Amino acid sequence: MSTLKILVIDDEPGIRSGISRILRNFRVDYPFMEEAFDFVVQEASTGEAGIELIETDKPDILLLDNKLPGIQGVEVLEYIRKKQMNIIVVMITSYASLELAVKATSDGAYDFIPKPFTPQELKSSIENITKRVFLKKMTNKLQETGKQIRFQFLSVLSHELKAPLNSIEGYLQMIRERQAGPQLESYDYMVDRMLERIKGMRTLILDLLDLTKVTSGKGTRDIREINLVDIAHTAIDTMRPYSIQKDIKLNLHGNDVVKVMADNEEMEIIFNNLISNAIKYNREGGTVDCTISEDGSCVEILVEDTGIGINPEDLNKIFDDFVRIKSEKTRNITGSGLGLAIVKKLIDTYKGTIEVTSQPDIGSKFKVKLPIDKPCS
Amino acid sequence: MTTKKTILIVDDDQDYLYQLKARVESFGFQTLLAESQKEAEELILKTKPDLAILDLMMENEDSGFILCYKMKKKYPEVPIIIATGVAAETGISFDINDENNRKWIKADLFLEKGIRKEKLKEEIDNLLIKMNS
Ligand SMILES: Nc1ncnc2c1ncn2[C@@H]1O[C@H](COP(=O)(O)OP(=O)(O)O)[C@@H](O)[C@H]1O
Ligand SMILES: [Mg+2]
Repeated sequence: MSTLKILVIDDEPGIRSGISRILRNFRVDYPFMEEAFDFVVQEASTGEAGIELIETDKPDILLLDNKLPGIQGVEVLEYIRKKQMNIIVVMITSYASLELAVKATSDGAYDFIPKPFTPQELKSSIENITKRVFLKKMTNKLQETGKQIRFQFLSVLSHELKAPLNSIEGYLQMIRERQAGPQLESYDYMVDRMLERIKGMRTLILDLLDLTKVTSGKGTRDIREINLVDIAHTAIDTMRPYSIQKDIKLNLHGNDVVKVMADNEEMEIIFNNLISNAIKYNREGGTVDCTISEDGSCVEILVEDTGIGINPEDLNKIFDDFVRIKSEKTRNITGSGLGLAIVKKLIDTYKGTIEVTSQPDIGSKFKVKLPIDKPCS
Repeated sequence: MTTKKTILIVDDDQDYLYQLKARVESFGFQTLLAESQKEAEELILKTKPDLAILDLMMENEDSGFILCYKMKKKYPEVPIIIATGVAAETGISFDINDENNRKWIKADLFLEKGIRKEKLKEEIDNLLIKMNS
């Protein structure tokens, strides 16, 4: 038997004691788990008190009301996320604030329970979470036995490099065995797929080269005053043939000169990635708008598209190494999943920021801010 | 006349899926394909395969386990093979015959993705025979 610690943060004493009562003798036991789980419940009536308990007692699961007397539930959520704590958060909210709950879900909450809830609703939510905790534990265990290398860059990289090789090797074997018969045309699909995988590998290698520029940085960096608009023009020109193919209009807005202290090549990498994504993940006949402007001590680069968009739950993943969103819409688009990771790392070295907002099937908007004359670190 | 047995193959690498499909069909089976855990879950609502080959890591790192669990719940008698490239990359190796692992991974067999053709056929045949006896 394992015991999971649950913390309830809610200002209504009735809810707190209700939850404690419902879960007191509750137990989750699945045939595929090697052990059953039961629960201990702690209570806090404010976000502030809750955070203290989070620090001292490290709960596994947090049931969080959003409307609290002091700091709000979402702020507690933010605190947990910032500190990258391994706590599964469930928002308890009334239907009136369902929208907020949905937003909270994209901010890192795992689930939400509408208020008022029945004991059964609470139990089934806790049951789901327990399953999740269990599987996480299991996968963590697997990773530990693998000396935790899976999430290290190199091992993911080796996976990314091997996958296309395996696929090409598989096709070549099929061809060698004449598996599709004597007709040469029957092998067209295989050849196309091999070329596609090779293209993917080439992209990956190019992106890796960009990445080494970021991480080795400093020595080769050449920081001087440059005009971002020139760089945007170059990037757009490079991308032109690609956009014509997809019938996408590329527009550049703003002043003719926007100066910033930065490395030319690094700025090119940022533009290339943002603009190529805006084309790649666009629809046929769509538009890409790039706007460069000055805003006090910062320059702002906006890249907007009219493409497939990104689901809210995927938004904060896309800047991680090797992350690509898999869906029917992205199925035939090649990429390494490194582009935005590189962009983010670069921008961090300038102490700038990058934000994304997006609506599925409508479009995405990437906003970069860079300090004009203080490139740091 | 005997009808062909249906094998469900789930993998998020479309090329691996294509290649495995060709291979399994060359053994004389019919195939049913899905590219994600989600797609597979929808498929098994309507159709019951005779055997399933699942990739371990798809949209999530544990997709294969979860899918396996759900399938076993719905069709306890359908044998499941979990195919993984994990061992080769990370040095992790599972042992399905280990009692401890068996308890929580309800798969009948773990296979390396690079397994030889003859061996694969043998394993599939074995599982099908075991289940029908
Ligand atoms: N403009 C965009 N519109 C929609 N999705 C995008 C956009 N830019 C990036 N993405 C999503 O984010 C993922 C990561 O982007 P990136 O790091 O550039 O990798 P890549 O383009 O090589 O896949 C992409 O795979 C895609 O799913
Ligand atoms: Mg990209």
